[in-house]
Amino acid sequence: MSTDVKIPQELTVSKHAVPEGVKLPIYMDNHATTPMDPRVLEEMLPYFMEKFGNSASRNHSFGWAAEEGTELARERIAKLIGATTKEIIFTSGATESDNLAIKGAAEMYREKGNHIITAVTEHKAVLDTCKRLEKYGYRVTYLPVQKDGLIDLDDLKRAMDDKTILVSIMAANNEIGVLQPITEIGKMCRERGVIFHTDATQAIGKIPVDVNKNNIDLASISAHKMYGPKGVGALYVRRKNPRVQISAIIDGGGHERGMRSGTLNVPGIVGLGKACAICQEEMQQETARLSGLRDRLRERIMSRLDETYINGSMEHRLPGNLNISFAYVEGESLLMGINDIAVSSGSACTSATLEPSYVLKALGAGDDLAHSSIRFGIGRFNTQAEVDYVADRVIETVERLRELSPLYEMAKEGINLKDVKWAAE
Amino acid sequence: MSYSDKVIDHYNNPRNVGSLDKNSTEVGTGLVGAPECGDVMKLQIRVNRETNVIEEAKFKTFGCGSAIASSSLATEWVKGKTVDEALAIKNMDIVKELSLPPVKIHCSVLAEDAIRAAIGDWKKKQAAEKPVAVEAK
Repeated sequence: MSTDVKIPQELTVSKHAVPEGVKLPIYMDNHATTPMDPRVLEEMLPYFMEKFGNSASRNHSFGWAAEEGTELARERIAKLIGATTKEIIFTSGATESDNLAIKGAAEMYREKGNHIITAVTEHKAVLDTCKRLEKYGYRVTYLPVQKDGLIDLDDLKRAMDDKTILVSIMAANNEIGVLQPITEIGKMCRERGVIFHTDATQAIGKIPVDVNKNNIDLASISAHKMYGPKGVGALYVRRKNPRVQISAIIDGGGHERGMRSGTLNVPGIVGLGKACAICQEEMQQETARLSGLRDRLRERIMSRLDETYINGSMEHRLPGNLNISFAYVEGESLLMGINDIAVSSGSACTSATLEPSYVLKALGAGDDLAHSSIRFGIGRFNTQAEVDYVADRVIETVERLRELSPLYEMAKEGINLKDVKWAAE
Repeated sequence: MSYSDKVIDHYNNPRNVGSLDKNSTEVGTGLVGAPECGDVMKLQIRVNRETNVIEEAKFKTFGCGSAIASSSLATEWVKGKTVDEALAIKNMDIVKELSLPPVKIHCSVLAEDAIRAAIGDWKKKQAAEKPVAVEAK
């Protein structure tokens, strides 16, 4: 994969040579976005210049050719998640899908109730949508998570009442990769006649998701998290057992069965479809390969560094995700030291608002560990050589920064940092 | 976020990293910030009692690149200055020297606080010493 990203040479002071076959900078932030699979791009290309018709043009071959593309994509997406084509609505991405699912269900079932349940670790697309609904008079319960990142099913049971109309819990978390027990959540919702929406953005294409086996009523999907293009996604809307309805949030022409107006992003949708088809075919081998690489990264780092902590359950986790806190070292300074590698951190210093990761805070680990965390997202195009190089660079940078750290010094002297009275600025 | 060359330089080649003997009466130690905030700086100075000149300064910092650079720069600046001259160092001087963006100004404030805390600690030790000297007479 060629890249034009320039690495300022002054920043790279590593004692490790770049291994054979490894090109810098290395991209290991696959939860933020993914590079497009060349096969996806190839599938999309004809729809820009040759098959450029509007798929809603019913009366000529340009329209039909475009429609053929979008309908094939619809089939491929449906197949990946065990749905039917009539249940797939195209959107501009998972953020829109989350908005549509939650606002659409809230409005449609307003007479039935006004209570929504979600979790504190959801993506902002879900949390901010819920906050807006609170302004409109809906009541929202934000379930806490346990230390491993999973919700407590008893908390969910207790939270449900006769006004509950919707539960929204993500299948896989984007920061810590943790998998929620969606089958059980879905079952609980089904038993009580409550609609279950899952933001499946990080899960679909990576782990098996079946809308029937997992008792899902609404599911958000994003192309650019599975080696497809940005700006396109989908929402699964259940039609049978039970039939789920949602109000549209975008009006204008009634496309997508009245649920999402607007000319379809034909090339994008074709890309999404192809991305799903590839994931379906390759999921099993890819999962094995990525977990292997992830475990290799974890073992290599943790065997050489002490006081490193994994954030979130290792057992219920996406195959390519690793989120580690390196005690006594701050995240942004760590990223600066490994600037030839693209990863991200839960540190406040890396966020525009100077707030540390709310997901890590929800695990109860403490702000200092949130500030010291790094998220690795290993993906389809990462190699073992890259993983080894990343591990070595992380180790050497953490060691160097610990030498600079007053906290490390105090800890080595036997001082318990929790007992210290800090003079915050 | 792009860093200025000076911040990068301090990050790669930090000046005066280390520790002085915090029990020595010649040494002032300033420890500011808090782990929950993501910024902790320890700045130490060794002052010549006759001349009040800061002869040595060391630092250790838990924080982002700008925080490390600010405290590294602080140790560079205080060395060779008298205690009173060092107290005149303002955080905006650090901001200017390192070209810190607005979102990182608080790192320079912490560095200024660290200097003051170190000097304050040293002054406290000098004040505590005087009665002992009188008793020994």
